Amino acid sequence: MILNILFFYLAAVTIISALFVVIKRNAVHSAIALLVTFVHVAGIFLLLNSEFLAAVQILVYAGAILVLIIFVIMYLNVTQRYRMFNRLKLIAFFVGVVLFAEVLYIITRTALKGQKGEFPIAKVLEMGNTEAIGKALFTDYLFPFEVASLILLVAMIGAIVLAKKEI
Amino acid sequence: MNLDINLIIRFTEILITIGVVMGGLLAVVPLLTYMERRVLGLIQDRLGPNRVGPFGLLQPLADGIKLFLKEIIIPSAANKIIFLAAPVIVVITALAAFAVIPFGRDYKLHLELFGFTIDRTIHFYITDINIGILYIFALGSIGTYGIILGGWASNSKYALLGAMRSAAQMISYELSLGLSTVGVLLIAGSLSMVDIVNAQAKHWFIVYQLPAFILFIISGFAETNRTPFDLPEAESELVAGFHTEYSGMGFAFFMMAEYINMIMISSLATILFFGGWQPLFEWKSSIDIINIVQPIIWFCAKVFFFLFLYMWVRATLPRLRYDQLMKLGWKALIPLSIINIAITAIVKFIIENNIRII
Repeated sequence: MILNILFFYLAAVTIISALFVVIKRNAVHSAIALLVTFVHVAGIFLLLNSEFLAAVQILVYAGAILVLIIFVIMYLNVTQRYRMFNRLKLIAFFVGVVLFAEVLYIITRTALKGQKGEFPIAKVLEMGNTEAIGKALFTDYLFPFEVASLILLVAMIGAIVLAKKEI
Repeated sequence: MNLDINLIIRFTEILITIGVVMGGLLAVVPLLTYMERRVLGLIQDRLGPNRVGPFGLLQPLADGIKLFLKEIIIPSAANKIIFLAAPVIVVITALAAFAVIPFGRDYKLHLELFGFTIDRTIHFYITDINIGILYIFALGSIGTYGIILGGWASNSKYALLGAMRSAAQMISYELSLGLSTVGVLLIAGSLSMVDIVNAQAKHWFIVYQLPAFILFIISGFAETNRTPFDLPEAESELVAGFHTEYSGMGFAFFMMAEYINMIMISSLATILFFGGWQPLFEWKSSIDIINIVQPIIWFCAKVFFFLFLYMWVRATLPRLRYDQLMKLGWKALIPLSIINIAITAIVKFIIENNIRII
């Protein structure tokens, strides 16, 4: 009962604040709305018994990435109010519809319903959330994990090359 | 609706623990401001505040009343809601982080009262979650927003510059702060603060992790914006940095949060490296209350040592230049803490698997 109410509160605030990220004209207000979104997504992770993901969600997304976004907004002093709609709105609408259809298709397939796989909630609770994620990440999913870190490294090197005039 | 008596007892117990921890913290903060000024006075060969009350002990009270009665001035061009919300964010996140700090040894209460027997374990922490240290770091990173948004919402150049400096500094030093604790987490094998303290019953982790401790305490100083890393509020360049435009309770909240964060970093250093409440020597007594109080006193004594260290360093070291600050964070602290993680992991693997090198 309480869990249901909590879930609907978290879900509603997540969606509404995510909308505010797009709607707000002031870039800093958008960033604050994004912070609210991140915190409530972390709340949903908590409801799903994954405390580790919740903490990392706040630590990485709210704590590092969003601070960088705000830093850039302040640094560039984005105060001009841009027009909210531009020439691309037809294409944007089309892409949005396609993406929404994709999400609907995946949700309505039974593939994501219920608990599947080697780590049901009972097992995760028994061995600990952090341990379960660590074990899965460094054994079964080691290759995707390494590929992801390589991609991040490439992005980092690219940023440094772009920003520095002489290396 | 049937009320379960055990549920009510449990609920009041939680509320009382929260009340005691928060009340204790908020009572220590004014004392710390007094202690800081007296210690600075002592080191710099002057008196410090000594007029209000005996030894000037009522000075924090006078300051509190003054700040409370001052008008809260909101700059006309400021963003009002964010301007008022920023100090609140800072204080709430700073206070909430103390939910996972264990203050003393668990005590098994056995009481026979009016025919009832009460058998329960009394914990000296608010909650023990299995991601304790991540929870603290997550709240710390949210606390950064209070500073950044406060500086931005003031719509003042000095405040904005202070906020930007603090954003860059907090991100840089959060990394080394988190990485320097990984060695300890590897040895303890848990993220829960209670488990970490229990793992230090024989040896404090400072024995194995001295380099990590040095990295941790340097990053901790930077993370709380204290000298020699107090660039966000460098008074000789930026007036007062991010809280330039704040007056009255808004300013008081920022100050409170700074001191609470100092207590937080001190408690973390104590728990991770100096055994938390684990005593060096203990006087076993037949009276229970002495056995309960001793670990708590040990914990508080260790925390106060680190708080004194904060003040000592403030009186001793000059402020870093901005580029020096960034160089120290990215080129010294982070690589060193990664090396520490690698060495700790390799040594732990060798010991656990009984590998003979020679």
